[in-house]
Amino acid sequence: MTRYVLRRLLQAVPLLLGVLVLTFALVHLAPGDPVRILGGDGGDAAYYAAMREKFGLDRPLPEQLVIYLGSALHGDFGYSYVQRRPVFEVIADRVPATLVLMLSALVISTGLGIWLGAIAARRAERAADRAITVGTLVGGATPAFWLGQVLVIVFAGILGWFPVSGMTAARGVTPGFAQLADLLWHLVLPVTTLGLLQLALVTRLTRAGLIDALREEYARTAQAKGLSTAAVLRRHALPNALLPVVTVIGSHFGTVLAGAVLTEIIFAWPGIGRLLVDATLTRDYPLLMALFLVASTSVVIANLVTDLAYGALDPRVRLQ
Amino acid sequence: MPVAPVVWRGPFALVGGGLTFVAIGLAIAGGVLAPHDPFAVSTLPFQPPGAAHWLGTDDLGRDTLSGVLTGARVSLLVGFVTAATAALLGATVGGIAGFYGGLVDDALMRLTELVQVAPRFFLAVLVAALFGPSIVLLTILLAVTFWPLTARLVRSRVLSLRQREYVIAARAVGLTESRILLRHVLPNVVGIVVVTAALQVGSAIIVEASLSFLGLGDRSVISWGYMLNDAQPFLRVAWWMSVFPGIALVLTVLGVNLFADALYAHWDPGRRSAIGE
Repeated sequence: MTRYVLRRLLQAVPLLLGVLVLTFALVHLAPGDPVRILGGDGGDAAYYAAMREKFGLDRPLPEQLVIYLGSALHGDFGYSYVQRRPVFEVIADRVPATLVLMLSALVISTGLGIWLGAIAARRAERAADRAITVGTLVGGATPAFWLGQVLVIVFAGILGWFPVSGMTAARGVTPGFAQLADLLWHLVLPVTTLGLLQLALVTRLTRAGLIDALREEYARTAQAKGLSTAAVLRRHALPNALLPVVTVIGSHFGTVLAGAVLTEIIFAWPGIGRLLVDATLTRDYPLLMALFLVASTSVVIANLVTDLAYGALDPRVRLQ
Repeated sequence: MPVAPVVWRGPFALVGGGLTFVAIGLAIAGGVLAPHDPFAVSTLPFQPPGAAHWLGTDDLGRDTLSGVLTGARVSLLVGFVTAATAALLGATVGGIAGFYGGLVDDALMRLTELVQVAPRFFLAVLVAALFGPSIVLLTILLAVTFWPLTARLVRSRVLSLRQREYVIAARAVGLTESRILLRHVLPNVVGIVVVTAALQVGSAIIVEASLSFLGLGDRSVISWGYMLNDAQPFLRVAWWMSVFPGIALVLTVLGVNLFADALYAHWDPGRRSAIGE
């Protein structure tokens, strides 16, 4: 297992370097002169030359790339000239809110998806199964941002059950239980918005995996020795059916992160989503690049964790 | 490709085929069917759905129905062109990697992995912000991020085809390698390529709509994502601005997905379903 972990860790390094080089290349290919964006169009040639020297833009591209890689590896992603703070700090401030949203959505949709998938598999081709299948098809085709809008219209607008925006009530809430309840209250609609796609996916995969597993000989053997269908499902079929679910959750991390960004916009959730949109509107390039890097890095890490989890769950994988 | 046997596979396939057909019809003729110019201010703002404007009007007094009908074009165009380009790229890369093997294979597969980890949505946002919003650029970018799946599937198929007797026989007869690849191996991967492309159309449509929703789409053409972006500040004033373009978007993606799924089952009856990749 140690060798497997080490090998997977080493494979992640070139991927991360590749992402850094890609970001660097994109920014240099983009139209527009950074010196003019910073200093305006009014300066003279000497001013621009001085700026170029100050920021190291007069050096050859390969040298600039090495400098860029070096600082990025030290956690220095530059300075946000809109927010007037280091980019790293700006992002670090927003990550917790996004994580709260994503993890809640992932945990709830995975748990619920496995449960619904199991119901559908046990009643395969009957009414409950068909209803669940239609639900997953429609859920899988519904973009998070539109679902969010509909939830706002219905639950926040017409019914007035849930808050429309933000993570906490505007008037301060006493710390402790009331604070947690307030957070949960604000989480309901965003988590539903973000979780639906994942729920559809996990339900479908669990159903398909369970139906396949129940056809296997070990399932028939377990049934023949007198175990109930529920016990066969839980103890024998489910562990095998869940392997692809693990892979899919891991490989969809980027999609979930993108969904989180869109969800945050709709519900004014104070995470990295709003930050990303503001950065595009104000052309805050260092911040934009860093957000892309953070997203890519978290996808690489998610893939790594998935592979390791898979290796731990299924001994066959480690031997390949 | 004969569509009939695919569509008559069952209710899901039929619904999928029907919705796809309507969406394509709208993409072609939506502009003609629209009662108004979707950009023209035709009446008072925030008119609820009624006799004059079936689906209401937006914050500038533009007709929502006309927007919904005209907006199909961008979604379908981006979806299909992206999927087709990605299929071509993926088949080329996967075919070459699988057929020639060795260092070429290694290099191409590392490239594939790199592209696969770059998160598509964030890359699209970065590029739209750096280079300015444009449909053409977005379609190219999406195609560039969608090909790895096709490449991997084609590669593994070609790897197994390479060992088949008819390929060995072709080599024994003295055909050139490139001729064997083009004439004898690639025709056998067309099925995988088409099915994968079909499954990616829906995803591409959603990414385009997401970007337009963020205001990073092409503002010179009307699209459903664009309309949903306009609707966001007025959700509690004018629900129709969000609900109708959204329904059009969901029905289109649902239709394309169901049709792709039926195509998959048609091509490879052993597999039941593949929605969600």
